[in-house]
Amino acid sequence: MLRLTCPHCGITAEETELRPGGEAHLERAGPGASDEGFEAWLFARKNPMGVHFERWRHLYGCGKWFIAARHTVTLEVFGTYPAQTKAPPADLVERIRARLSARGGQAEPGAGAGDGEGGKA
Amino acid sequence: MKGYGAWSLIREGLRHHLGWGRAWGSPAPRRRYEVVIVGAGGHGLATAYYLARNHGITDIAVLEKSWLGGGNTGRNTTIIRSNYLHDPSAAIYEKARQLYETLSQELDFNIMFSPRGVMMLAQTEHEKRVWQRVAHANVLQGIDTRFIGPEEVKRRVPIINIDGPRYPVLGALWQPRGGTARHDAVAWGYARALDRMGVHIIENCEVTGIRTEGGKVVGVETGKGPIDCGKLALVVAGHSSRLAEMAGFRLPMESVTLQALVSEPVKPMLDVVVMANTVHGYISQSDKGELVIGGGTDGYVNYTRRGAFQHVEETVAALVETFPVLGRLRLMRQWGGIVDVTGDRSPILSKTPVENLFVNCGWGTGGFKAIPGSGWAMAELVATGEPGALAEPFALSRFREGRFIDESVAAGVAH
Ligand SMILES: Cc1cc2nc3c(=O)[nH]c(=O)nc-3n(C[C@H](O)[C@H](O)[C@H](O)COP(=O)(O)OP(=O)(O)OC[C@H]3O[C@@H](n4cnc5c(N)ncnc54)[C@H](O)[C@@H]3O)c2cc1C
Ligand SMILES: [Zn+2]
Repeated sequence: MLRLTCPHCGITAEETELRPGGEAHLERAGPGASDEGFEAWLFARKNPMGVHFERWRHLYGCGKWFIAARHTVTLEVFGTYPAQTKAPPADLVERIRARLSARGGQAEPGAGAGDGEGGKA
Repeated sequence: MKGYGAWSLIREGLRHHLGWGRAWGSPAPRRRYEVVIVGAGGHGLATAYYLARNHGITDIAVLEKSWLGGGNTGRNTTIIRSNYLHDPSAAIYEKARQLYETLSQELDFNIMFSPRGVMMLAQTEHEKRVWQRVAHANVLQGIDTRFIGPEEVKRRVPIINIDGPRYPVLGALWQPRGGTARHDAVAWGYARALDRMGVHIIENCEVTGIRTEGGKVVGVETGKGPIDCGKLALVVAGHSSRLAEMAGFRLPMESVTLQALVSEPVKPMLDVVVMANTVHGYISQSDKGELVIGGGTDGYVNYTRRGAFQHVEETVAALVETFPVLGRLRLMRQWGGIVDVTGDRSPILSKTPVENLFVNCGWGTGGFKAIPGSGWAMAELVATGEPGALAEPFALSRFREGRFIDESVAAGVAH
């Protein structure tokens, strides 16, 4: 079971206390946007084998939204930050990079970093 | 290679079964094929099979990164049904169901198709109305289903608790010719037939790159060296986003883990498939006597094949509530698969931004039942370069154009 720390209230909550909310930092298509823009916002997903920045809601706690950086192959959680943040914080990105290169994986957060089930991850 | 008829069984029985031979070979890859298919799950194998059978194309390689049928095809709970709401889904799933009826004979391989009947319970007023609506739609689509009352549910499934405290059974959508089949046998049967037609199935051969020239696909990089191709079909379920990324486009999909479990074997107690969507669990009894139980998906991207434990707990709780007799049963095994869930919960059979590159994916939690129909439709798309009537509604462009095939409204459940 995943355990994430809510950056708003500081509680480390189990997955059952939280509600997943999908990929974070998507660019919202507004009125007048192209069909491609709407498609990208509503449907196109990175779905990476690697580091994923994703929205969570502390549903059965303080109720607030936040963003977690999590590895989709190892389930390692690198950190969380409030949902109001526009882009992943620089220090978190740096930490992820260090963790991945220490493990001998790909050093670029956001790029696919694992090699799937049964692999070295 | 031998046929699997009564005579060969008798002959081999007398020879201690030493003469069967391998059902399919392990050829070294050639430098180039007319068609390369990535993924030797049911859908990839069926695509190759109908390319050969219906379109006369046998210069095909099916590349599989691990072992044939070891993905979701070998991990699912094998429910086969075609009682969908929307016409495009009804058409392709019913095509598949009909092909399943005679697939054992066609492949000369017993896939153990068992049309024992599928029952989808209505446990809320809303669900009852939804299933009645589906039953009406199915009449128009020519699919044999009907809505049955709680007495008939109880008659067909004596172990069910129809007046459960939380969710009494108000009826069910009943498809008499739905059922199950042996999942591995479907993959093995197609593989053996393909081998006989000279199609190469290359296991332990992961595709690690896709080569394009001027917007056209020309080949793939693999663990066994580069392979050129005229056309490329990606049929890799939960790994589709990764392959699409190699070709430079993004898919409207996320990969999540879906789990299933089986109990210890017990005497026959359930001779239909029961799906309880409101409480979220579905169950059938295998020929060995085990109860095969499917549960829910994780709500987040997960490539581990290890689902969260609370889903097992929820599923078991739901089933014990619906079938109190199961309360003391021991569970033997539990596993997961990486399922490919699209924005509208319907599959994608489509051309892509790259010329001569096609995708078949997004079957998510329910694509075992579709394997023959999907292969049939995909073969037509790959052979002619254009979708036929079955595949056309499932094009990628629907997400841009808003033509969703929203089955999740009708059945928001994993199966
Ligand atoms: C627990 C569970 C229960 C289910 N229950 C049902 C059910 O009751 N009824 C139903 O209809 N459906 C069910 N499903 C869904 C069904 O299993 C899938 O939709 C179906 O099997 C998908 O088949 P496929 O051939 O597309 O994918 P798969 O069988 O997963 O095949 C894809 C193949 O591609 C290979 N591959 C991936 N990447 C690469 C690469 N880079 N290079 C080469 N090969 C690669 C994989 O190794 C894999 O073998 C269930 C699924 C699960 C997990
Ligand atoms: Zn909180």
